[in-house]
Amino acid sequence: MFGLLGPNGAGKSTLVRQLTGLLRPDSGRIDILGHDIVRRPERASRLLAYLGQESTALDELTVSLAVETTARLRGLSAAAARAARDAVLAELALEPLAGRPLAKLSGGQRRLACFATALVGERPLLVLDEPTTGMDPVARRAVWAAVDRRRAEQGVTVLLVTHNVIEAETVLDRVAVVDEGRVIACDTPGGLKALVDGDVRLDLVWREEAPLGLPLIAALGARAVRNGRRWTVRATPDEARDLVAEVTSGPAFAALDDFSLTTPSLEDVYLLLGGRHEGLAR
Amino acid sequence: MSAAVLAPRSALLPSLGAVYRAQLSRARVARIPLLFVATFQSLGIMVMLRGVVSTGSGGSARDLEAARAVVAGSTVLVVAFVALNLLAQYFGRLRATGGLDHYATLPVPAASVVLGTAAAYASFTVPGTLLTAVVGCALFQLSWVHLWVLALVVPLAGAALAGVGAACGLLASRQEIATLLGQLGMSAALLLGVLPPSHMPTPIQWLRDLLPSTYGVEALARTFATHPDWAAVAADLAVCAVVGVLSLALATRAYRRAATRM
Repeated sequence: MFGLLGPNGAGKSTLVRQLTGLLRPDSGRIDILGHDIVRRPERASRLLAYLGQESTALDELTVSLAVETTARLRGLSAAAARAARDAVLAELALEPLAGRPLAKLSGGQRRLACFATALVGERPLLVLDEPTTGMDPVARRAVWAAVDRRRAEQGVTVLLVTHNVIEAETVLDRVAVVDEGRVIACDTPGGLKALVDGDVRLDLVWREEAPLGLPLIAALGARAVRNGRRWTVRATPDEARDLVAEVTSGPAFAALDDFSLTTPSLEDVYLLLGGRHEGLAR
Repeated sequence: MSAAVLAPRSALLPSLGAVYRAQLSRARVARIPLLFVATFQSLGIMVMLRGVVSTGSGGSARDLEAARAVVAGSTVLVVAFVALNLLAQYFGRLRATGGLDHYATLPVPAASVVLGTAAAYASFTVPGTLLTAVVGCALFQLSWVHLWVLALVVPLAGAALAGVGAACGLLASRQEIATLLGQLGMSAALLLGVLPPSHMPTPIQWLRDLLPSTYGVEALARTFATHPDWAAVAADLAVCAVVGVLSLALATRAYRRAATRM
């Protein structure tokens, strides 16, 4: 499972559109499982299943018919398409919604139905663009269980596009961090986090205004990344411990709403590597 | 490393059937209000014009010509509303919102998507055209005997108008332009279709001859005669068929371009 992590507008979807044969790159090569997709873009649809972000083509169909039609269009016979539909609706617990049009479902349910259409008609590569957007935890678990099953049983490769750091850390084997159209790093999540090893992150949330009159807080404010009432400071563990002690024992504590100390995440890696946006979700 | 085995392409006819069936099912979900509008518009036009056209033994030859033109024009107008206008809007919306990506990332021939969708929109017009033709014959005291010709007029005029509608929707660079083209096409079919051509100035008649829906109207209008000129009916329907083939081929090309655009 390979991931593309980056904020909105980083170029993840553009790259995916090139991989799926929807957009021809100006230069460079794209090789998918031994096939040249720049020269033969029409082969992409015979190698991969793509879950895009839009569902307008399916919105007015029932879940059942959307899945069955997609299976037919992926080349399955009528009987095989119906069997594949029934299997995937059962696997994702979508049976109670089978007769309802996608447009009438909640965002997360509609996303799960679209995910179901990506699973029918087996492909060795799944390209999933933000598959779990808007889903509740139950649906998310169903998605990752279905993906894991296909990886274990069929050796399926997954390319996941996400701006969700927690998801990226949990499910990915390798991740490319993308910013402004460039890959700024590519490694395992653990390998990337080792880059910022040693540093921890201290988050402070103030009740109202930060008490900038205090010298300690004023000095901290100069180096913190401020996001409304939330300040984020990167520090060595020792320094962070001292900071917590000072902030929580002195007069600043009265102004403090919440604080937390965390080990580095992929978001820290992204910022350390020079990512200029703060659009990653946690 | 050896290359992975490619999954099979889906064949033209099965995938056309799958698209057709899926599109047809949308009528239940989304299209019903607009299908009603299409029919009511045509019924309304006929009721209005009934007030100025005499029928039966009291009518002149000119009135009889007008009655035939009004009923045939209003009937084919239902096809223009749905197959041209609504289909142009549908493809325009699909293109603008990225909905074409779904089809473009499936191994399905472009013609299956375009023809399946166009066929479904042509099918949406069947109840409305039947109702309009039957009510029109009753209102204007025209013969029902040859209404079976609708079984040819609806698919052939449907193919021609759906092809034009699909091409408009897929070629338009913006969704608003697709909507505009669809509306204009339908307005042209209305303004040039429901009145008898002999009442029109010559340049307008030329314009009318350029409109594919005209040939569907003419074919249907001819069959209201006691002894229809079947050769002329066949020629009109042949024009619809040729326009249908050409416009659907254009729409298929437009789809390929639109599906792999920036």
